[in-house]
Amino acid sequence: MSGSSFNGTLAVFKREFASYFATPVAYVFIVIFLLLAGVFTFYIGQFYERGQADLFPFFNFHPWLYLFLVPAVAMRLWSEERKSGTIELLLTLPLTMWQAVLGKFLAAWAFIGIALALTFPVWITVNYLGAPDNGVIFACYLGSFLMAGAFLAIGSCLSACTRNQVVAFILTVVVCFLFLLAGFPLVLNFFSAWAPQELVDAISGLSFLQHFAAIAKGVIDMRDIVYFLLAIAFWLYASAVVIDLKKAD
Amino acid sequence: MIETSNLAKYYGDLVAVDGVSFKVEPGQVLGFLGPNGAGKSTTMKMIAGFLAPTSGTAKVCGHDVVEAPLEAKRMLGYLPEGAPSYGEMTARHFLEFVADVRGLAGARRAQRIEEVIERLHLHKVLEQSIETLSKGFKRRVGLAQALVHDPAVLILDEPTDGLDPNQKFEVRSLINNLAKDKTIVVSTHILEEVQAVCSRAVIIARGKILADATPAELESRSRYHQAVSLTTSNVPAARDALSRVADVAAIEFDAHTHRLTAIPKPGRQIFVPINDALKAQGIAFSELQLESGRMDEVFRTITHGDLGEDVPEGARA
Repeated sequence: MSGSSFNGTLAVFKREFASYFATPVAYVFIVIFLLLAGVFTFYIGQFYERGQADLFPFFNFHPWLYLFLVPAVAMRLWSEERKSGTIELLLTLPLTMWQAVLGKFLAAWAFIGIALALTFPVWITVNYLGAPDNGVIFACYLGSFLMAGAFLAIGSCLSACTRNQVVAFILTVVVCFLFLLAGFPLVLNFFSAWAPQELVDAISGLSFLQHFAAIAKGVIDMRDIVYFLLAIAFWLYASAVVIDLKKAD
Repeated sequence: MIETSNLAKYYGDLVAVDGVSFKVEPGQVLGFLGPNGAGKSTTMKMIAGFLAPTSGTAKVCGHDVVEAPLEAKRMLGYLPEGAPSYGEMTARHFLEFVADVRGLAGARRAQRIEEVIERLHLHKVLEQSIETLSKGFKRRVGLAQALVHDPAVLILDEPTDGLDPNQKFEVRSLINNLAKDKTIVVSTHILEEVQAVCSRAVIIARGKILADATPAELESRSRYHQAVSLTTSNVPAARDALSRVADVAAIEFDAHTHRLTAIPKPGRQIFVPINDALKAQGIAFSELQLESGRMDEVFRTITHGDLGEDVPEGARA
């Protein structure tokens, strides 16, 4: 990446990132994220009752938390640009489509990363109460962050499809839900009735949940990391294609 | 410099721009005139690199907008229609963002931002979020954004739309000041603007260029070119006097403004004979005026293909 192309991405990133904090969106999101993470961990996940020094109840619910919160962050990425007409401004600045797509995506991802990082008191708590395997916890954070990125990339693409943020939100929730459950009978039964076994296996291999669970065991397998990075790359590429097709509407 | 050659844009069967070719040199201000939906904005969007042409080429300072989009965009300052900007940002942050993307840095960045703030009189609103600004200020922020990198080429889509008369005047003076060394294309449907800022006018309708001339040349196509108008309390007598002047082809009375207008036969001068005739008959009159032509009438004639249907009742007598 040459210096000037990095600068372009960085400028988009900075603008987008600051825009979250220019409105109450950021604070509302972070508070709700932390509240729900706490509720899931301590009440539903029975953190104390289990009597084990790990963060299984905490990370176990992350996919479901992201299912609704990440689309809420992603929905404005492109649909707002299209609705307000700023997309015309952005895409007539000397930027490549990639710089624009990547800069905006990274800003949203960094924002979710901050929300995730603010859950650190849970990590401190579990270390205070016992002696957890901190390597596993680190792997879980990494897996969680990667999964959030994949959700976000899906949201980026679907937000480019419409100028209506509510439509973008709902579409993203549905598609993320399918990817989350790709390895489960709910989705697989639908395909196994007619599709060849190879396809069914391939679809089950797309499950976010399974790849996340694999990383969350504490075994950082490159394949799982590459899977999420590829998913992000694919959906960002799709974002660029959709933006190019729909920008004139 | 801007050069387009057979530039066209189709949306399925719909033809938005149909083979537009023109060339604008530094120092020229080209006015893009046309009815709504004529293809003005689409043409500008293609030159600015937002829309890809279906066929034909557009070059900005020699850089093809399709083959070398980044180079073309660097040369260009663009104000999109409606002057969109990020509402939640302050005017200052917005200008800084555009300067950053444009690769301005250090002292030059600070100096350029200060200069456009100065030029567009943005000092008072710098720290306000753009969505809270008045329409006039929003438009000025949009103009500042287009100027921040001191571009060689400026494309301004309806730069004065929604501004009050004072603001319009300011923006026009700004364009006139910039015109010395820049290539500027301005779209508008305000005809007086063409006379105020443009050195050349292109009339476009249904995606095609119908006229390409200086504002004065366009005016001279008007049937009111060299016409003489006046106000008098004694309309019947003045009318009678005018009708006897040899080179008068027609006389019109505007009931709204109470002005009589005498239209000359093509190529004839009637100002002096009319002045003499009225004085000779002792008819009192005021505001005797030689007209250079009426742009609105030329515009209608060119874009409608015929005059008459749009002339309000009573405009002819």
